[in-house]
Amino acid sequence: MIYLDNAATTKTAPEVVDAMLPYFSEYYGNPSTIYGLGASCKKAVNDTRQIIADALSCKPEEIYFTAGGSESDNWALKATAEAYANKGKHIITSKIEHHAVLHTCEYLEKKGYEITYLDVDENGMVRLEDLKAAIRPDTILITIMFANNEIGTIEPIAEIGKLAKEHGVLFHTDAVQAFGQVPINVDEMNIDMLSASGHKLNGPKGIGFLYIRTGVKIRSFIHGGAQERSRRAGTENVPGIVGLGAAVERALSIMEEKTKKEIALRDYLIERIEKEIPYCRLNGHRTRRLPNNVNFSFLYIEGESMLIMLDGKGICASSGSACTSGSLDPSHVLLAIGLKHEEAHGSLRITLSEENTKEEMDFVVEELKKIIQRLRDMSPLYEDFIKSQK
Amino acid sequence: MYSEKVMDHFQNPRNVGEIEDASGVGTVGNAKCGDIMRMFLDIDENGIIREAKFKTFGCGAAIATSSMATELVKGKTIQEALQVTNKAVMEALDGLPPVKVHCSLLAEEAIHAALWDYAEKNNIKIEGLEKPKTDISEHEEEEEY
Repeated sequence: MIYLDNAATTKTAPEVVDAMLPYFSEYYGNPSTIYGLGASCKKAVNDTRQIIADALSCKPEEIYFTAGGSESDNWALKATAEAYANKGKHIITSKIEHHAVLHTCEYLEKKGYEITYLDVDENGMVRLEDLKAAIRPDTILITIMFANNEIGTIEPIAEIGKLAKEHGVLFHTDAVQAFGQVPINVDEMNIDMLSASGHKLNGPKGIGFLYIRTGVKIRSFIHGGAQERSRRAGTENVPGIVGLGAAVERALSIMEEKTKKEIALRDYLIERIEKEIPYCRLNGHRTRRLPNNVNFSFLYIEGESMLIMLDGKGICASSGSACTSGSLDPSHVLLAIGLKHEEAHGSLRITLSEENTKEEMDFVVEELKKIIQRLRDMSPLYEDFIKSQK
Repeated sequence: MYSEKVMDHFQNPRNVGEIEDASGVGTVGNAKCGDIMRMFLDIDENGIIREAKFKTFGCGAAIATSSMATELVKGKTIQEALQVTNKAVMEALDGLPPVKVHCSLLAEEAIHAALWDYAEKNNIKIEGLEKPKTDISEHEEEEEY
């Protein structure tokens, strides 16, 4: 099997599993208890908090553990909206956010908030002048993702943070795809809140965190016990938190090497596809993109068919076609960067890991060539195109 | 997600291609929702479907239903072909996931569109055949939470 869907989830690293295991059978105590067993669990939780704080250049008490990226996004948006409603009810986001942000925004619209959904350019970049123009006296929050999960484009986060600070508006970023992949410094980038998830960086599923800068008024999202400074109740997912800490340590220690390797593989794959497969287009920014992201649209064919055929060859990838989204509409991200529906249906996302090899990329290109030709030979759109060329 | 039969018809689709000077050709669906089917029928002077071929842009289910639909109409009379409903196509494929039912509707509509074209070319009326819709889409109402 060739696993090329690391933006969906990653393999839990063996050292992460090893770090977690004792916290199931040996150190199974509740961190809120007084005896030694509980205390060692509490220490493990706070160790991870410190690891993450070091990674983001923030204070450990600014890290709040959650069940993952979606919870962090929901919390950041809903609780800020509530806490700052007296100042205003206007929120700015982009059209290419993850659904955890977009659907939360739609929910807030129904609760009387006004949301500005910024357009992006053809590479998926938010335009700073559009953002500046959208800021109003009643704007309480800007939420723009660090890097896009489908097309890999990295947004101008430091510039957005600067703008937000100048205008006294809170800035939240969904960094689920970026954290552990690219360096992040919340102070230098003026980030007030940041969402991240463990399973995107070889950690376990079901664990993530929200960074909340000291001073940000944000209400509790889950009411109950006094865990997480009374802001997120519930007995801590200790094995998950320990696994997250191990994953972050690992990601930071290999980041430089991993990035170098992935960029080389990514650009090799992009180059071969562009050279050898006609009627395709690279989606997302060519250079300002995540090291492991490749996203192409292949004209005249549909993504799900392509994925099933790739699966038949042992290749795991994903697509922005409607059929893979569970609805009849293709990816909102691909439509937002200006693709026509049929171009969005024919998209393929490949997201690499440091374990992939050049030989695997060669195999993928060879199989992809055959699959795309086969599907085009079956496609009435391709038939029409060929006839129109004659 | 798909039955073995669907996978078989997707991976080894029957009757892919075009028929030159076909008796009837029908294209249904649209690129917006991601499925387009084109069906070619060769109908002899006795009104028997001698040959059926297709080209489809779409997901696994769209290709499999096209393949099965062409298999089901081959050798049939026009009236028999009209009985090849989306249900018949689905049953022959051992079922489809609920989100893919519209693919089988598209296959039924493609047969009708090709027959309609045949009728128009020959200036005849086929009993029980109505002008097919060119666009099939289902709009699902989402539940609010």
